[in-house]
Amino acid sequence: MNSAKERLVNGIVKENPTFVLMLGMCPTLAVTTSAVNGLGMGLTTMVVLALSNVFISLLRNIIPDKVRIPAFIVIIASFVTMVELLLQGFIPFLYDALGIYIPLIVVNCIILGRAEAYAYKNPVIPSLFDGIGMGLGFSVALTCIGAVRELLGAGEIFGMHVMPESFVPVSIFIMAPGAFFVLALLTAVQNKVKIAGERKGKDMSKIQSGCGSDCMNCSDTGCAKRLIDESKEKAGEGEKKND
Amino acid sequence: MIKELLMILIASSLVNNVVLSQFLGLCPFLGVSKKTETATGMGVAVIFVITLASAVAGAIYQFILLPFDIAYLQTIVFILVIAALVQFVEMFLKKFIPGLYQSLGVYLPLITTNCAVLGVALTNVQKNYGILTGVVNGFATAAGFTISIIILAGIREKMTYNDIPESFQGMPIVLVTAGLMAIAFCGFSGLL
Repeated sequence: MNSAKERLVNGIVKENPTFVLMLGMCPTLAVTTSAVNGLGMGLTTMVVLALSNVFISLLRNIIPDKVRIPAFIVIIASFVTMVELLLQGFIPFLYDALGIYIPLIVVNCIILGRAEAYAYKNPVIPSLFDGIGMGLGFSVALTCIGAVRELLGAGEIFGMHVMPESFVPVSIFIMAPGAFFVLALLTAVQNKVKIAGERKGKDMSKIQSGCGSDCMNCSDTGCAKRLIDESKEKAGEGEKKND
Repeated sequence: MIKELLMILIASSLVNNVVLSQFLGLCPFLGVSKKTETATGMGVAVIFVITLASAVAGAIYQFILLPFDIAYLQTIVFILVIAALVQFVEMFLKKFIPGLYQSLGVYLPLITTNCAVLGVALTNVQKNYGILTGVVNGFATAAGFTISIIILAGIREKMTYNDIPESFQGMPIVLVTAGLMAIAFCGFSGLL
């Protein structure tokens, strides 16, 4: 099971979807108001990611290449609906806390990105562990961000009071602007690591701020093609293909 | 009725701004906001698509999903309808209104499954909006997106001449700007 371990490490550390690849920013910012919410969102995404990876990997020889993106979306949307109904039935407090962001897992670029980049080309078992690894990496990241915001914004971690009495909570950190500031600091740290690494001559091309090149994998869906200059070229190419 | 629609218009465009307080459509917000020109184009395209999509999704929900008692399929149906709709709009504009396609065409593929589009369709259902109310909500949400992306693009144009610390160049400083804008938009919450 060497490959399984390798996939897990890859997902959690080397290609951490949030800290390294910067994918799926919408849920990352929206639901990390507390560590519990972050963990809940991360695990929900992990379940969907693992299931859709397995299913897509099983069907990879049947799905025609041309309609693979719509096929992926239908598979992912089905699993998201199932998970949503299960949460509503069994973990209602999480369902209420995450609200509209549960159905929006469908358009999370991590899931479509992994389907396209890994599950569609690899056998079932590695795809399963790829999904679990990526999902765990996402969960760890969301829990960390959630814990930081909760600590600064409410003086608590996982609902437990940890800061001294004299600490005045900076409530802006659990409000919307705080999410932007935390992410800004995170990307700044990432930039710093990247610049330092490049000075030493290491290959840092994997680290990227924003869903740069990896999101191209999501082709026309998700938050593909971030930069309009690149997208103009891509759109031009697309038209030629269509003609 | 009109008063209610007006309230939704203000609430969705300013108070609960789609990007700055709901975090939907962040990718185009951060990615296509380098110049005010492109930001405006993107904004108009988003208004066009979201308004249309909320009308179509609302109609499908009211006339197909509800009567057949299959409302739980909404996520799957909405995402497919939106993806198909954007493709269709693109083809239609290309064929019949080439002028409009010239100015909006580039942006359309970018919003195919922008989470804001799906988000609006789902919010409309969640809040039990009818088709008309849903369309107004969709338009207002998209207008809120357009307002914030144009403001951000304006600030970013000014910022190109500033001396920014090395680590903060690129995305981090844009996120700080967005955070400050979010604080400013918090001020609108007193409007309602």
